Amino acid sequence: METTPILNLLGVCKRFPGVVALDNVNLSLGSGEILALIGENGAGKSTLVKILAGVLQPDAGRIVLDGRDLSVRSAADAAALGFGVVHQELNLLDNLDVAGNLFLGREPARFAWAGPLRWIDSAAMVRQSRPHLDRLGLNISPRTPLAQLSLAQQQMVEIAKALSQNARILVLDEPTSSLTRAETYRLLLTLKDLSRQGVSVLFISHRLGEICEIANRVVALRDGKNAGELPHDRIDHANMVRLMIGRDLRSFYVPASSTARRIRLQVRGLRTTAWPDQAVSFDAAGGEILGLAGLVGCGRSELARAIFGVDPMPAGQIALDGRPLRIGSARDAIDAGVYLVPEDRRRTGLIVDMTVRQNISLPALRRFASMLLIRPDRETRHADQQVRMLQIKTPSCETPAMNLSGGNQQKVVLAKWLGMKPKVLIVDEPTRGIDVGAKAEIYRLLRALADQDVAVIVISSDLEEVLGVSDRVAVMREGKIVGILPRSEFSERAVMDLAFGTASATAASGGGDRS
Amino acid sequence: MKKELGIGILLLVLCVAVAILNPQFLSTANLQNTSRLVGMFGIFSIGMGLVIITGGIDLSVGSVFALQGIVLAILLTRAHWPWPAATAAVVVGVVLLGVGHGFLITVVRLQPFIVTLCGLLFYRGLARFISNDETRGFGTSSFGLLRPLAAGKLGPVPMPFVVLLVVAAVMAVVLHRSVYGRYLYAVGRNEEAARFSGINTRLVIGSAYAVSMLLAAISGIQLAFYTNSVSPSGHGLSYELYGIAAAVLGGCSLRGGEGSILGILLGSALLQVLQNLVNLLGIPSSLNLAVMGAVILAGICVDQLLASRAKRTRKPA
Repeated sequence: METTPILNLLGVCKRFPGVVALDNVNLSLGSGEILALIGENGAGKSTLVKILAGVLQPDAGRIVLDGRDLSVRSAADAAALGFGVVHQELNLLDNLDVAGNLFLGREPARFAWAGPLRWIDSAAMVRQSRPHLDRLGLNISPRTPLAQLSLAQQQMVEIAKALSQNARILVLDEPTSSLTRAETYRLLLTLKDLSRQGVSVLFISHRLGEICEIANRVVALRDGKNAGELPHDRIDHANMVRLMIGRDLRSFYVPASSTARRIRLQVRGLRTTAWPDQAVSFDAAGGEILGLAGLVGCGRSELARAIFGVDPMPAGQIALDGRPLRIGSARDAIDAGVYLVPEDRRRTGLIVDMTVRQNISLPALRRFASMLLIRPDRETRHADQQVRMLQIKTPSCETPAMNLSGGNQQKVVLAKWLGMKPKVLIVDEPTRGIDVGAKAEIYRLLRALADQDVAVIVISSDLEEVLGVSDRVAVMREGKIVGILPRSEFSERAVMDLAFGTASATAASGGGDRS
Repeated sequence: MKKELGIGILLLVLCVAVAILNPQFLSTANLQNTSRLVGMFGIFSIGMGLVIITGGIDLSVGSVFALQGIVLAILLTRAHWPWPAATAAVVVGVVLLGVGHGFLITVVRLQPFIVTLCGLLFYRGLARFISNDETRGFGTSSFGLLRPLAAGKLGPVPMPFVVLLVVAAVMAVVLHRSVYGRYLYAVGRNEEAARFSGINTRLVIGSAYAVSMLLAAISGIQLAFYTNSVSPSGHGLSYELYGIAAAVLGGCSLRGGEGSILGILLGSALLQVLQNLVNLLGIPSSLNLAVMGAVILAGICVDQLLASRAKRTRKPA
């Protein structure tokens, strides 16, 4: 489908402290086009959506709509310009009914002269709601309390709300991530319908199958840059994966050196509160890096948190070096030498307004104390030593952790554990949001640990990373481990097939060229 | 450290100004009385400070004073318990209230504000009920060493002030040098990250409420003998707010994770000097609370202005 673009983004840049989220991104959107935006986690998709929604301001670049430069300074601006943005987290009030949500802030009024005391004209609101709901084939009463609707229906209400404000460009950030297959199908039909009516759709999804079904064109982002695009006839699973992963990071990865391995961590029949119906079993050996791959939300982090004792573990056994281990709290795991570098370093990995020294010493504080009093000399010596060893770039140990770059913050989290002789180290998304140089250093560190007979478990949504860094990769889907690949069977395709489930991977290559 | 310096200077300026305007300020009697009040208020303010550092609050302190005073009076003057037994019973009982608060906050996961607000209502009501809403006095008996310890003097220095210095020294070491103290700051700044570092956050937070009540029990005994009679409806009324004011004035943030013993000490002293100023300068005593409120507000505004200026001039890393 060739149409003249109505929206053009030219050279859009956005940087956050320590991270370049968008680097010179260009994007065009035609009238009535369905454009899919794909990329790994952290590629910059959500930042782009927030810029279109007026939540974030770009540092540089132009937004051109109908040939005119414009700036989107607020959500109200975005709506007035014809952008309808449906975020991953729905922005609806569940104490209002459907009509109340559709017209929130623009309620039809009686006694309009009364200013803020004017009356809401409920009858008119209900009347005016109907056509918007009908247009989406939404068969519910405008009077229905929002809380009674399913998530899919609520999403439709959000779309109806955007359309009721005359949105010409609909931006959907992972609209199907929490929908069932049938609900997804209905949503996709609706989007196709809207595109026929001339509405342009910018659609973000991790589900490659649905992109194959509806997208006219695919644009991929990688590390905040344009990574290429696919015209309609070249959209298929393989091409999209190639675009998302693309860059060759292989030279960064240090291969395993040891061969003789003994099992250090044994997990048997572990259930998490997130997936109580699935029992997970696996082994991790000293000297190896075990990758844990899978889609976001497949239960990898929950598994790690349960092993580390910060989440309850409804069932299962864990053994360390052949001896059973009872873990009821993080303290138990730490005392045993099982450590976790959590996914969200600013919320759970670090206390950002404490100093580098205080962060590094926190889990081992009792070792620097005599008679329960901290010996500052011992604490400082330990912190200095870790900072030197991991080459953490910080003005001093007394700098608050929040002043460090993302990569150096991550190294501080690692430093907490490396000084405590880990036996098992689980790292959850160790390189999310940090630059390439720091990534390479972290890969080297993890390999060095494995060479010291530590069992290292790396959770990563970055396929290239998890395949590059690991000696074995366990793939999870919907709370269970669906396969463990040895290095000889490593391929992006193999991981994807397991992660999506073979059926959906087949559907994803509906474009036709799966060989 | 800067915060403490600021409030220290403010305290000093205030003292010098009052001393110049009314030399009575430096009279032995006035200094003794003021330091006695600083002692009594300072001790429980330190406890309040610990709770605030964990990110919580304790609104029950004033009502605990009333309940504790009534029970102590009944045990000593009606039941004729020996003074060590009565004192121990009251202190243990009050600490157990703190343990209860800690349990409700950390295990049942109720909000500190709500838990201790209910305590404020409940203990006050209980005090009034068991005393038949009548004032209970201690008379003139000294109850062994109890009265001299609670309300006497060590040389020229009132006992509460002496006890405050001891408590402050001990708590300064606990808060600023011990592992437990570091854990208090850590849970106050980021409870989740503290938990991920293996800290038993429930124990640390819960214990802060128990320590707060222990210090309140000490203040409470001094207060009971200071007034020498306990009116169940008015004794200690809204004193928790003085504790909160002292802690906040001294640099504790209600967001948690910030504050020092020195700051709380200076904050408590400043509040008492302000009261004293109102009396000595002939300001109508009905303006007492208004003056205190205005000075605290002004202090915190200045602090905020300085903090945001410091942030603006700091170079981004």
